[in-house]
Amino acid sequence: MEHAIHPEPTTFIRKHVFSVDHKVIGRQYLILGMTWALLGGLMAYAIRHQLAWPMQKVTGASLFINGAAGPGIIMPEAYNALLTMHGTIMVFFVAMPILIGALGNFLVPLMIGARDMAFPRLNMTSFWLLCAASLVLLSSMFLPGGAAGAGWTSYPPLSARTEYSTVQLGQAFWILALALEFVSFLMGGVNLLTTAITMRAPGMTMMRLPLMVWMQMCAAVLFMLSVGPTIAGAILLLLDSVAGTSFFVPNADGTGGDPLLWQHLFWFFGHPEVYVILLPGVGALCEVLPTFSRKPIFSYKTILWATIVAGALSFVVWAHHMFVSGMNPLMVMPFSVTTILISVPFTLIIFALIGTMLGGSIQLTTPMLFAVGTIACFIVGGITGIFLGSAAVDMYMHDTYFVVAHFHYTLFPTVILGGLTAFYFWFPMMFGKVLNKPLGHVHFWLTVISFNVLFMALFRVGLGGHVRRVYMSNYDYVKPLQGLNIVATWATIAMLLGQIPSLINIAWTLLKGKQAPDNPWNSNSLEWQTSSPPPHENFKEIPTVRRGPYEYSVPGAEEDWIAQDAEPTSAVSG
Amino acid sequence: MTHAEEAQINREMPYAKVAMWWFLASEVMTFGGFLTAYVLFRAAAQGGWGPLAAHLNPLIATINTVVLLTSSLTIVKAHQAMLHDDQQKAKRLLGITALLGIAFLGLKAVEYSIELSHGYTPVTHIFWSFYYVLTGLHALHMVAGIVVNLVLRAHAAKGKLTLARAEAAGLYWHFVDIVWVFLFPLLYLSY
Repeated sequence: MEHAIHPEPTTFIRKHVFSVDHKVIGRQYLILGMTWALLGGLMAYAIRHQLAWPMQKVTGASLFINGAAGPGIIMPEAYNALLTMHGTIMVFFVAMPILIGALGNFLVPLMIGARDMAFPRLNMTSFWLLCAASLVLLSSMFLPGGAAGAGWTSYPPLSARTEYSTVQLGQAFWILALALEFVSFLMGGVNLLTTAITMRAPGMTMMRLPLMVWMQMCAAVLFMLSVGPTIAGAILLLLDSVAGTSFFVPNADGTGGDPLLWQHLFWFFGHPEVYVILLPGVGALCEVLPTFSRKPIFSYKTILWATIVAGALSFVVWAHHMFVSGMNPLMVMPFSVTTILISVPFTLIIFALIGTMLGGSIQLTTPMLFAVGTIACFIVGGITGIFLGSAAVDMYMHDTYFVVAHFHYTLFPTVILGGLTAFYFWFPMMFGKVLNKPLGHVHFWLTVISFNVLFMALFRVGLGGHVRRVYMSNYDYVKPLQGLNIVATWATIAMLLGQIPSLINIAWTLLKGKQAPDNPWNSNSLEWQTSSPPPHENFKEIPTVRRGPYEYSVPGAEEDWIAQDAEPTSAVSG
Repeated sequence: MTHAEEAQINREMPYAKVAMWWFLASEVMTFGGFLTAYVLFRAAAQGGWGPLAAHLNPLIATINTVVLLTSSLTIVKAHQAMLHDDQQKAKRLLGITALLGIAFLGLKAVEYSIELSHGYTPVTHIFWSFYYVLTGLHALHMVAGIVVNLVLRAHAAKGKLTLARAEAAGLYWHFVDIVWVFLFPLLYLSY
């Protein structure tokens, strides 16, 4: 069959830079996201340094931080900019590019048995728009007046008027960067959904899709249906900060608006966004756990429906971020109920994931270790979410480090640990080499121990009343917590240093590692049934799918795995 | 043949249409966010915005509504022509659709200049801010639609327009139309 609309490119530029191949674009997203992760992590170090040792010179940062008090000393405006950039980068420029951009792009066409995405050129455009967004965000840090400093949520009126925040063009640049990022992922979402819906290989029914594909689809739907109001809000905020309108600023003469409007428009998106970056990590667990337990997934349909229910509920919980904002108190109870309700589907998912391991022949490979670590840490985040969903408790804990620790306990496991699960698992398919196992284990333990020390300390600091986003930590009432703040900062440093083994591992494996077999983990789904890395256009022939993706250890079968496209044998009727 | 077409040989669902519907779903949420904010603020003002809205020009807006609804008819006709692969007729009808769109924008510009000359700028009052943002964003969507229609007209002139593209463009144009059908009463007809 003649299908070469995109013949294999020959020049370096077409092959590695402006490529329309989803596998190349996936790797590009990965590299972009990992670069931002490094920068975002270093910003976290600078923030923690200020909290542990206020107004002292940040070791190693003299080149980058140079305020009125001298090189390496963080001034209040720089501190605001740092915490704003850390949040923005980690959510929009690390989590989304790696989990949606890289994993979605790389895996979805391979898992459904397609040659590429439905719109390859649109795919390339999405990536380069994200690069443009990255450039805008990066350049905003060098503007006079500094980068945006109103937090990653950019609440007005602080973000709407220069005289309140002293940030000049930085806020407009922040909005522009986010707008470009949204457009990029909207196009990516349309592309991903169209691909998964219309381009599945023969026999690949919806219920035979690997759960990773479902998670990517749910994430795309959540993003596309929730981001609209925030785009509206961003346009209004841009006009407020640049053109002098007053959508979010209540003017004395009654011609203005209301700052609460922004919070509604932002969190209507902000909460589903949490699930957008959380679900792909769960999807990675759904592939890794059955493979290394040599067992079918524990109730495919429970996981699927629970995800859909959680996604639907996530549209009606947003005001739980606003319990103390001054909104109508009558709205508190319904939002509290929906918030706590959402823990039901997530509990089902977690139990199904644990049930998958129950009684299995567990192989403790690096991705399996990360997968188990993800579940263990995520449970802490989920349980503290129930505390905060209850309005009475939230009134006390709102905007303390307890909240900071809570959302890091939900997002760090699913985004970073889940992302690393996926990275170690699919690395052989992306690059044709298997990462070193001992180094992987060292990386895991350094990351997980330092993470838990860091945020367990912050839970306590938050309960003690330390308010987040505050520059100084030497007020009398938080002084008793200073010791814990210093522990948390050392844990941050340990976590950053703990990434060095993985960098060594990646470099050493890419340069010296042995070529991996096509299917190193004996996994069932289609992406492993072609060569690793897959050839141009993925498959020699489009495979015919004969069964679901989780048929491990089928009684009577010759092997403990059966590829999704394997011919039926006498022992196993497909 | 594209990859998507290869994958679809035995399938019913056309990928261009699927993509367009998902795109429109996200657009609905964007305009939904704007309109909800506007309606809630206006309700909270308890009739305070009525006297301001009285300064709008319902006559031009009504003419514009007729122009836009007519353009919806012509783009349906273009799609219908493509069902019989009548490229010449589709070309003519896409041209008329684009012209009607341009006429709408021209009338809108007249309206803006009247309002600005009376001193009603985007920063006068939050009602005017909403008015300019809502109609301005709609106008931007019109510009995009006009460009698409003209590009497809050029395709049809070469006899290369596809049914899938005509249909996708039609869906988008209808969506822009429907947004106006919401804006018209909410801005002009409610005091």
